[in-house]
Amino acid sequence: MDSARVIYKRPFSLGMLFLFLILLATMPLYVQPYFIILLNTVFMYIIITLSWAIFSGPTRYISLASAAFFGVGAYVSAVIGQVLSLPLFIATGGLVSFILALFIGLLTLRLKGIYFIIFTFGVSELIRHFILWWEAKFAGTVGRWVVAVDHTTVYYVMLIIFILALLTAYHIRRSKFGLALRSIGEHEEAAAHIGISVTILKTITFAISAFFMGATGAIMATRWTYIDPGIAFNPLFSFMPVLMAIFGGIGQLYGPILGATILTLLEEVLITEFPYYYMLLFGIILIAVILFLPNGLVGLIEKLGKRGNKG
Amino acid sequence: MRILEGERVAKYFGGLAAVYNVDFDINQGEIVGLIGPNGAGKTTLFNLISGALPTTAGEIRYKNRKITSLKPNKICKRGIARTFQLLKLFGKMTVFENVLLGSLFGKSEDINESDAKRDSLELLEFVGLSEVRATPAKELTLANQKRLEVARGLATKPELFLLDELMAGLNPTEVAQAMELVIMIRDRGITIFMIEHVMKAIMSVCDRIMVLDHGVKIAEGTPEEITTNKKVIEVYLGE
Repeated sequence: MDSARVIYKRPFSLGMLFLFLILLATMPLYVQPYFIILLNTVFMYIIITLSWAIFSGPTRYISLASAAFFGVGAYVSAVIGQVLSLPLFIATGGLVSFILALFIGLLTLRLKGIYFIIFTFGVSELIRHFILWWEAKFAGTVGRWVVAVDHTTVYYVMLIIFILALLTAYHIRRSKFGLALRSIGEHEEAAAHIGISVTILKTITFAISAFFMGATGAIMATRWTYIDPGIAFNPLFSFMPVLMAIFGGIGQLYGPILGATILTLLEEVLITEFPYYYMLLFGIILIAVILFLPNGLVGLIEKLGKRGNKG
Repeated sequence: MRILEGERVAKYFGGLAAVYNVDFDINQGEIVGLIGPNGAGKTTLFNLISGALPTTAGEIRYKNRKITSLKPNKICKRGIARTFQLLKLFGKMTVFENVLLGSLFGKSEDINESDAKRDSLELLEFVGLSEVRATPAKELTLANQKRLEVARGLATKPELFLLDELMAGLNPTEVAQAMELVIMIRDRGITIFMIEHVMKAIMSVCDRIMVLDHGVKIAEGTPEEITTNKKVIEVYLGE
């Protein structure tokens, strides 16, 4: 019965998705530039959160290394942005983060639970300080200028990265590897004993999620036009995706998207309306959500949906 | 034909020898029991065979090829499956998904999805869990959870199946059903090596029994030989 309903619903939601994408694609034609800039920030958080959830959602390995991958992408675009064309240096940003994640993954994915969380955070900070040291020592600079790109281009690049991330997340979720990632989250030892190469699977998925973070960092750097390690490797880029994903709920693909969108917009409103209390209010809202919506917004929506069906 | 053999297999935890110089062999098609008091090293020996733990010394060979130092997923792909004493099911996933994972990632890696699904349904039928295939695994009764562990193991298409205390915690009726299931698995051509505390079960099902005590193998033989073995009686009943 359940599956029948899902199949019936799918063409409908696919059509909706398609319409929504067209709306997004034509957005720059009829909205204010301010709105496009805001949307760029929304997309940045959506992509980071979505790609964080690709790995950390099913496996329950809470990674706090997002800032590392994002920042490395940003630095790639600062270093080679002048030399290479836009698509090329964005892709390179993603690729460098991908390779970095493979390396970090092989080092850290044997750690579990809190040890993994702390190690990923440590790695992220280590890279930030390493680049700070390197820049001061060898480049004789604190920060770097990045080639500027106009907001509409940034928007379209974000949109493309978002769609690619979404497609990737969707396919991983539906494939047998998505199932295997979930089994790792439930009982890694048992997963290994039924033939799943847990280390390889975890490492590659970790790297795939890092690719999108790196690409996002690369395009975001062009919007900022100036970056230093404090901006590019801001620890908030590690913490926010976790909060956003939990807020939205990681049970469904749209959870992280919803969470990232709402929290980014909320942050924007709070900053402009209550500049002095914004962090306080933001914190209270987050605590309330985690206390009352343990499964995030997705959990709430599913609960309401069930009630609606019964009635 | 020997399917599994161990030569002077040892495992130390710090200074403690959990398994000490154990030699063993298992022939194709046999049901071999592994018994011993608590802490004798039975589960440790299983962990060494399945690759969950590395051996300290000695060699384990499966079909004449060395498997010591292989990772659990590689050992599974060679054709050895196991169940866990403390069940390790994927609790939030459905019964069907638990078994499907075994089919998809087990010994035959290139299996296509529809074959894997068909195999999984067939196995759920075999262990008697077809009715509850859409239920999350954690909601099953203990007896059914144990059946599910068996089905998931079988889904990887093993030739040797390690069963770790399949019958512990079951009531007499469920024990009888579990014994029946063990025989049915053997009839599928799968060799069985099982740890068991329920004596009635192990005596009636096994072709051969090995006894461990404090990590050392103290006896081996047919059920009759074991029940009359002086050392075994000493270990189980005291002097």
